[in-house]
Amino acid sequence: MFELIIVVAVVLIIAIVYTIFRVTTLIGIAKGDSTSKVPSNNKTQAMLMVLFLVLGIFGFFYYSFGGLEDSFIQPIASKHGVKTDFWFWITMAVTSFVFIFTQILLFGFSYKYQYDENRKASFYPHNNKLEIIWTAIPAVVLAILVISGWKIWQDITGPAPEDAYEIEVFGYQYGWSFRYPGRDGKLGDYDYKKIDDTNQLGIDLKDRASHDDFVSNQLYLPKGKPVLLKIRARDVIHSVYMPHFRAQMNAVPGLPTKFWFEPTKSTDDMRTETGNPEFKYELVCNKICGRSHFGMKAIIIVEEEEDFKTWFKDQDAFLKLNPEYLSQVPDDLKEVAIISSELENNEINQSVGNTNSSF
Amino acid sequence: MSITDIQLEENLAHHDDHHDDHHEQSFISKYIFSTDHKMIAKQFLITGIMWAVIGGGLSIIFRLQLGFPGADLSWLKPILGEWIDAEGSIDPEFYLALVTMHGTIMVFFVLTAGLSGTFSNFLIPLQIGARDMASGFMNMLSYWMFFLSSAIMFISLFLETGPAAGGWTVYPPLSILSDAIQGSGGGMTLWLVSMVFFIASTLLGGINYIATVINMRTKGMSFSRLPLTVWAFFITAVIGLLSFPVLVAAALLLVFDRSFGTSFYLSEIFIGGEALPNIGGSPILYQHLFWFLGHPEVYIVILPALGITSEIIATNSRKPIFGYRAMIGSMLAIAFLSFIVWAHHMFVSGLNPFLGSIFMFLTLIIAVPSAVKAFNYITTLWRGNIVFTPAMLFSIGLVSFFISGGLTGIFLGNSALDINLHDTYFVVAHFHLVMGSASFFGLMAGVYHWFPKMFGRMMDKTMGYIHFWLTFVGVYLVFFPLHYIGIAGFPRRYYAFTNFDAFSTFGDLNTFVSIAAIVTFAAQFLFLFNFFNSIFRGRKAPENPWNSNTLEWTTPRNPGHGNWPGPIPTVYRWAYDYSKPGSDSDFIPQHIPLSQTPESNFPHEEELAKSEVISEDNGAHESH
Ligand code: HEM
Ligand SMILES: [Cu+2]
Ligand SMILES: [Cu+2]
Repeated sequence: MFELIIVVAVVLIIAIVYTIFRVTTLIGIAKGDSTSKVPSNNKTQAMLMVLFLVLGIFGFFYYSFGGLEDSFIQPIASKHGVKTDFWFWITMAVTSFVFIFTQILLFGFSYKYQYDENRKASFYPHNNKLEIIWTAIPAVVLAILVISGWKIWQDITGPAPEDAYEIEVFGYQYGWSFRYPGRDGKLGDYDYKKIDDTNQLGIDLKDRASHDDFVSNQLYLPKGKPVLLKIRARDVIHSVYMPHFRAQMNAVPGLPTKFWFEPTKSTDDMRTETGNPEFKYELVCNKICGRSHFGMKAIIIVEEEEDFKTWFKDQDAFLKLNPEYLSQVPDDLKEVAIISSELENNEINQSVGNTNSSF
Repeated sequence: MSITDIQLEENLAHHDDHHDDHHEQSFISKYIFSTDHKMIAKQFLITGIMWAVIGGGLSIIFRLQLGFPGADLSWLKPILGEWIDAEGSIDPEFYLALVTMHGTIMVFFVLTAGLSGTFSNFLIPLQIGARDMASGFMNMLSYWMFFLSSAIMFISLFLETGPAAGGWTVYPPLSILSDAIQGSGGGMTLWLVSMVFFIASTLLGGINYIATVINMRTKGMSFSRLPLTVWAFFITAVIGLLSFPVLVAAALLLVFDRSFGTSFYLSEIFIGGEALPNIGGSPILYQHLFWFLGHPEVYIVILPALGITSEIIATNSRKPIFGYRAMIGSMLAIAFLSFIVWAHHMFVSGLNPFLGSIFMFLTLIIAVPSAVKAFNYITTLWRGNIVFTPAMLFSIGLVSFFISGGLTGIFLGNSALDINLHDTYFVVAHFHLVMGSASFFGLMAGVYHWFPKMFGRMMDKTMGYIHFWLTFVGVYLVFFPLHYIGIAGFPRRYYAFTNFDAFSTFGDLNTFVSIAAIVTFAAQFLFLFNFFNSIFRGRKAPENPWNSNTLEWTTPRNPGHGNWPGPIPTVYRWAYDYSKPGSDSDFIPQHIPLSQTPESNFPHEEELAKSEVISEDNGAHESH
């Protein structure tokens, strides 16, 4: 039925178009359009230009300030995000002004200088002064924008503060895992050749620092503390994108990248602020990576630092959850490994299995 | 008739000035293996139009998915077959193939080959006063390379594993590993083969355009008298010549990695349950090489459209283009700068932040010449006497898009702001306005404007008007809202947005955009009808329907091989003597000697007029 309607509609539209076409051709011939220099409906076009201008500007303002803006501006939840948003809106103000101003000139002139038999266009091939002015003004405005942007960029991409928490972010088709450094505060080495069904991140247990590392499939962050994300990918390029934190960095196989920032609002804070008790921060994959690119997400949980620390302490090291990997630890390190991963009092936990079964 | 015969005959025609009627050519040499630049231009145009329909059609399919998630699309099964599953949804991998093919087709096949191929070919010889391109044979080869490339890309659409699906930028490792996505199998191979032929076609064409502009200008046609169209085509060809070979290099390394086990772009990858042996390559290397072409490419797409617009706006404002020299200067500046801004596509790729800073500065410099161009167009309208032909409307539309889309470049070029905008719909909105729609409008403007010279008939104006307004409003309705969801962070190349709380509120907006897209696409059929109908049944065109100054309008209604039946006209002035003070007429074509217009000459022209040597045959064409 639906198909039939479409077919009928298409046929009808074609018929109407063809009729319009025939009629206008005949009218055109009758009016002697072919001989006159200017189309008979020149004036109509000029009017339409103005109409378009007015409706367009109205639509622009309505859509931008008519109360819909709340739905497309994500609340900011990071320190640098406040700065980038500030300059984003400055840039928006400048460009919106130029946008409206130039479109008014464009369509306004089109209307005002529409063809008139009794007028001659003015021969006005150039004016050096004008041209210098409108080269210089954009140059100056852009310079201001660039320099401010550059300063922020330097802060964002500069070295992370000493006290930043290091967390490894690992992207794969199609999900994310996060590795925390454990008690020693240091992430251990990895080796992509060590990846297997259990050791999804390829943790290299030859390195002592890795013995107490633990893995989570949600990203826990402390509020008000800098965090340094060390980013890798398993298979193709992904992108760690966190719209609320105004943070993004690609995850590239073979080329570790990093990004640091400071979350300023806990998940609970955001729930209060947005009035949405279900609110969750989301980590979004933002580089085309295959079939389920559009479903590649992770939940981010920001907690007060105390709660974060408690959570952190409660996590079991990878080695503790998977004692069979002890065999990969060099003999001289085995004893230390058992201690730092708290493997000795582990018998009960073993049967529970590992927390990453969702892989 | 063999090709050499044709060339021989052509040469005869060149030498014999009074040789008016050509021998009847066979169908094949006239319409298929033609070496006449005008016919080749039409071949590019018609192939380009076919690609535009396909490329646009693909976008409608994926807009259906975005605008009406979960709708039953079983009725598309006759076209898409297995790509529609039992519930009537599009396969997510095929969705990616659709966006990839849409991007590739639009950027390369429609807006590069369809635009430059058509108008550089058609206008360069006609506007500089040459009988044909420097090498008609190479020109023919250029089209047939393009045809071959098109055929291969088209075939790839029908592979069982689908066409390439890694995005039009085909970043590795995704484009290398068929374990990662099916489209990186046979589809990607055909993509690469097709692009190699495409690049060969572009280079053959480009060398020809450059050689023709440098060597074959008619007497008096100095560079400072060239119409801006020709300047734009010339600069475009130079950019293409310098940047496309780099894409060949990038593609070649990709081929090695795909087929011969090298590790240019691959390192430390675990996929399909095993660790690949490749170590030491860098996916970022590919991005550098790609964007070294990719950024200049966006100017390869827009400059011809801007050139066309310059010509049309001047003609229909009945005024000289404002700031002729500034226009050339800004094009040269853009051409130069376009080679040193590429890494602004890579701010968050893991690029060294210091490089990011450098590229941010260079990128924002390129906005200045772009702004100058926009102001110059607007000033050309100021105190003009504007005739709204459909071509003029499309040109004004182009300027509007160029401004709207260019302004968002200022956000993106600022690396600190780009962190949050990269790969979102904000970027999609940016480049569809500034590049996609603006260049498409340039193409349309060019077709409406030069159709009378191409086919000797007029297109229907009223239909042109309706086509313009539907398309113009439609484009804004489709692309403007995308800024808003982009600001919200909605990622591009997403099959659906329902998985994320942050984006799930945009359902209505997406439906609206999809409906606008369908209406806009449908409006293009008006154009198609008008175009093909007018070729056969349009009103016969006068020689110079728009009262324009450039040389192509001095040719007969249907210029034959060699363009001018008589001698080639000599040029005595620039192309923009519109509404010159003192002159009765509101235009003085380029071939009218200054000595014939004493009433409107400026003092320095009066000097020139004295030394002017007027060739005897000048004006011979007028007798025809
Ligand atoms: C005013 C000057 C312009 C500036 C400052 C500018 C800046 C940028 C930047 C920084 C990006 C990368 C955004 C991202 O991926 O995060 C971008 C993307 C893009 N720009 Fe522009 N742009 C300008 C004008 C143009 C013009 C004139 C064109 C084409 C005619 C163009 C076409 C594109 C395209 C096609 C992309 C997207 C490529 C992709 O990722 O698929 N831009 N622009
Ligand atoms: Cu991904
Ligand atoms: Cu670019």
